[in-house]
Amino acid sequence: MRLASGTVVRVRDDWPETRGPCHIRTPHYLRGESGSVLRHLGDFPNPEEAAFARPAPLCPLYHVRFDQPALWGEGAPGDAVVVELFGHWLEATP
Amino acid sequence: MSQEFPPTPKEATPRAMHDMGGVSKFMCLKVDTEPHALSEFDKQVDAIRQILGDRALMSTDELRRGIEAIPEADYHRLSYYQRWLRSIAATLLGKGVLTEAELRAALEAP
Amino acid sequence: MNLLEADSDRLLAAVRALLAAKGIMDAGEIAARVRATDEATPAQGARMVAKAWTDQAFCRLMLADGTRAAEALGIPMRGLPPLGVLANTPDLHHLVVCTLCSCYPRAVLGYPPFWYKSAAYRARAVRDPRGLLAEWGTVLPSGVTLTVVDSTAEYRWMVLPLRPAGTEGWSEPRLAALVREGDMIGVTIPAISATRSGPAC
Repeated sequence: MRLASGTVVRVRDDWPETRGPCHIRTPHYLRGESGSVLRHLGDFPNPEEAAFARPAPLCPLYHVRFDQPALWGEGAPGDAVVVELFGHWLEATP
Repeated sequence: MSQEFPPTPKEATPRAMHDMGGVSKFMCLKVDTEPHALSEFDKQVDAIRQILGDRALMSTDELRRGIEAIPEADYHRLSYYQRWLRSIAATLLGKGVLTEAELRAALEAP
Repeated sequence: MNLLEADSDRLLAAVRALLAAKGIMDAGEIAARVRATDEATPAQGARMVAKAWTDQAFCRLMLADGTRAAEALGIPMRGLPPLGVLANTPDLHHLVVCTLCSCYPRAVLGYPPFWYKSAAYRARAVRDPRGLLAEWGTVLPSGVTLTVVDSTAEYRWMVLPLRPAGTEGWSEPRLAALVREGDMIGVTIPAISATRSGPAC
């Protein structure tokens, strides 16, 4: 189910690093944080699998916008961080 | 630097050491904004990685993962392209493109 | 001894020798690739910026599909990661980083600069971007917000900076000569009075 532009999403607060060797492209500073989908960037082979030369299914990739001061508890109002995140890391919040 | 950037809860373990965004111990480092030319070593390692990618022997994802697997002390001690070379060698060994015996022999060769 | 901990120069020589012995790649191919890679410099990106400043249709193409825009200017992009272009406006400034490694729009800017790959840059860009810009003497005008783009996955990102005031009627080559590497990453802002930095690499 494609995430539409404007959907408010929460990054899963998951830490695969605790479960063994992995390759994760979701930065630590975003885990559990809320942002909004800007747009779908396309579907790409999952790097979490490709990094181990395993079959890598195509996964949807989104550009997601986060309020920058909210991430750190300080910063300039209106500043943002925009990050490419795969769909399986995002939960749409009602 | 006058501003303090305290550690955040998320930067503690189990954060992977290459995952550096906002990590407090790097926040007070000055940036060396000067240009630094690449050495022959650097350019050759870069070229080897590109050709391995073209030949479908090693992907960018594998390169990154191999770099991330370098022990933290070595990660910071090695230069950027020394890390690439280590990842290339480890990945090719892991995939059987090179064997340990071959690599040992090649390292011992004069 | 862990083979991977061998001296790097010896390790490179060993890997090169083995790759050649196995017919995977030889010294000639490596040298040719080094030469080809040297051809990509920030001048490529600067040409794109100058054209976008003077040609509205190209500007729209560049923002919609950076890869096709680069190809339209003869920059080879086949097999390379998609290029995304971030348009600065009078109210919005972009800064590009890769906090996880060093993803960089190499096809149009060449090798990433030393500073882009540093722990200092990768850590500070998302948490103290304005403090980071100050390392280059860059201060955003009041009222301008900043969006940091962390290149975490597939795309490579470059900034389309604002065209400086006072450049009306300038030719594309003259405009392109104004545009520096840092302007297309977002650490600096092009201006006709800006000091030229040193060679790109």
